[in-house]
Amino acid sequence: MIIYPILIPLIFAIITVFFWENQRVKRALSIISTGLLMIVNINIFFVVYREGIQVVQVGDWPAPFGISLVVDLFSAIMLLTTSIVAFLLAIYSFSGIDLARRKYGYFPLFQFLLMGVNGSLCTGDLFNLYVWFEVMLMSSFVLIALGGERTQIEGAVKYVILNLLASTLFLSAIGLTYNLAGTLNMADLALRLQAVQTSGQVTVIAVLFLVAFGIKSAIFPLFFWLPASYHTPPVTITALFSALLTKVGMYSLIRFFTLLFPFESEYTHTIILISAGFTMLTGVLGAASQTDIRRLLSFHIISQIGYIFMGLGLFTEYAVAASIYFLVHIILAKTALFLSAGMVESIQGSFDLKKLGGLYKNRVGLSMLFLLPALSVAGLPPFSGFFAKLGLIIAGLESKQYFIIGLALVVSLMTLFSMTKVWNEAYWKPPKDPQYADQQKPVSVWRWVPSITIVVFSLLLGLLANPIFEVCQLAAAQLMDPTQYISAVLGLVR
Amino acid sequence: MLILMAIAAGVLFAAGIFMILRRSMVKVLVGILLLGYAANLLLFNAAPLMRGAPPLIDPVMGIPAEYADPVPQALILTAIVISFGVTAFAVVLIRRVYAVTGTGDLDNMHCTDIPCESEEILSDLEDEII
Repeated sequence: MIIYPILIPLIFAIITVFFWENQRVKRALSIISTGLLMIVNINIFFVVYREGIQVVQVGDWPAPFGISLVVDLFSAIMLLTTSIVAFLLAIYSFSGIDLARRKYGYFPLFQFLLMGVNGSLCTGDLFNLYVWFEVMLMSSFVLIALGGERTQIEGAVKYVILNLLASTLFLSAIGLTYNLAGTLNMADLALRLQAVQTSGQVTVIAVLFLVAFGIKSAIFPLFFWLPASYHTPPVTITALFSALLTKVGMYSLIRFFTLLFPFESEYTHTIILISAGFTMLTGVLGAASQTDIRRLLSFHIISQIGYIFMGLGLFTEYAVAASIYFLVHIILAKTALFLSAGMVESIQGSFDLKKLGGLYKNRVGLSMLFLLPALSVAGLPPFSGFFAKLGLIIAGLESKQYFIIGLALVVSLMTLFSMTKVWNEAYWKPPKDPQYADQQKPVSVWRWVPSITIVVFSLLLGLLANPIFEVCQLAAAQLMDPTQYISAVLGLVR
Repeated sequence: MLILMAIAAGVLFAAGIFMILRRSMVKVLVGILLLGYAANLLLFNAAPLMRGAPPLIDPVMGIPAEYADPVPQALILTAIVISFGVTAFAVVLIRRVYAVTGTGDLDNMHCTDIPCESEEILSDLEDEII
C-alpha cells in the first residue's frame, strides 16, 4: 500500500504529458491525482496509527540487500500534511499560475515534485533517499526557472548551484557511510553504527549529513540561497517550495539524528542547538528589514525552521514531538500566508508594502485570511503556533536550556512585530495610490476555496491541539526508540 | 593504490571548491562537475579495491575469502546518470542566464536582492523549445 504515494504522481505525471496542449484535461488530472493521493495518505495514516510501522521490501529482496520503503507515524504525518497542501495548491494554481507557465509543463513538474517528496518521506534506504532528493530537486529547478523572468533566472542560478553542492556533500557522506558500515539500509545502518568503535568517524559523517541537509533545509549559516531565490517564482510555486522542500530537508535531519546518530549527542546536538538559535534570530531579523511580502515571508521560513531545529537539538521525546507538531503547523500556516499574499497581489498588483494599503476597509474576509495564520505563526493562543511553541518551551525547561528558550520567546515577539508591520502597511493604512482605494476587483474562486480551506485546517490544528499533539508524541516515541523501526524493517524478533 | 585514489579524490575536491568560488558562471559549473567526480571517486573507494576477485557468490561454495563488492559501482552508475541530467539542465540554464542578463559574472546578478526592471520575456519562450 505504501508504494501508492510514489506511484500515483508518477502515473499521472506521465499521463499529463500526453495532454500537453489540453489545459482542461491537465487541470482535471492534477486535481484527480492530488485528491487520490490525499485519500491514500489519509488511509496510510490510519493504518500506521492503528497497526504500527508499515514496510514494503521492493522487488521482494530481503531487507538489508534490497530497498525498503518504510512508513512510520512521523512519515505518515508528513505524507498526510504534504498531500493536503498539494491538493489545495493544485486548485490554487488554476488561477495562481499564468497560462504560459501552465502550457510549458507546470502540471507534470508539480506531479514529479510530489513523487520526489513522497519518495523521500517513504524510503528506508540511504542511497534511495539521495535519488528521491534528486527527483525532487530536478523538478524544483525547472519550476523555479519556468517563465524566464530576469529575477527568476538569477534566483534559479543561486538555487541550483547551492543545491548541487549540497547533493555532492550528501553523496560523499553516503560513500563514507558505506565504507564504514558496509550497508545503506537505514535500519541495518542504525544497528551497525552502534557497533562501530571509531566514533570520531561517525561524528564526521554525521556532521557531513548535517551540512548537506542543512543547506537543503536552510539553517544558519547555510540559508543564504533561500532569500535570494524563493521570492522569485510565482507565489504558488513559492508556497509549494516552502511547504515541501525545506520541510523534507528537516524531515531527513530529524530522521537521521534520531535513527542513525542518536549517540554522540553531546557534540552534534550542541551544534544543532547553537545553529537553531542563530537560524531563528537571523531569519526574523532579515524579515524585519523587508518591505516585499514575499521576501518577508521567505525570511520567516528560515526563522521557523530554527524552531523545528531547536526541538531536534533539545533531543527529548517531548521536544521531538513538539518539533513534529511545529512542522505540521508551519506547513499549513505558511502556505496560508503565501496564498493570501497571492490574493493581495491579484487585487492590487504588487507585493510591495509601500504600494499596498486599505485592504481591510474593503476586503474584511480577505484580510482575515492573512490575519489568522499570521497570528498563528507569531504564536498567539488559541492558534496552532502557540501550542507548537509552548511544547518546545516546556521541553526546553525540562532540559534546562534557558538561553535558547529566551531566544525563542524574543524571536516570537519579533515575529509578531513583523506580522504587525505587514498588517499595518497592507491592510490598515490608506493606500498611497487612491485608485486602489475603492477597487472591487474580483478574486478567482480557485483562489478563495484553497485559501479558506487551509486557514480552516490551520485553525483546526490549534483547536484540536491536544489529540493531535498526542499523535505527535506517539510519533516521537517511535523516533526516539529506534528498535521499533529496526525490527519492523529487518523483521527481527525483539 | 588506495592512497593514490584518496589523494586523487582530495585533489578533485580541492579543485572543485576552488572553481566554485570563481565569479564566472562557466567556471562555477566546471567546479560543480569536478566536485561530482570527486564524490564519485570517493564512492568508488567505499568498498575495498580488489583485483581478480569475483563479485558473485556461488551458493554451493559459500562466501569466498575474497570477493569484490559490486554495490559502489552500481551507486556510481546511478550518480553519474543523475549528474548527467543535472549538468545538462545547468548548462541550458547558464545559456539562458547569459541570454537574459547579458553577463556571465555572478557578481552582476543582484536582481534578486535589489529589485531591477522586471523584464517579461515569457513571449520569447513561445518560440523556443524548453
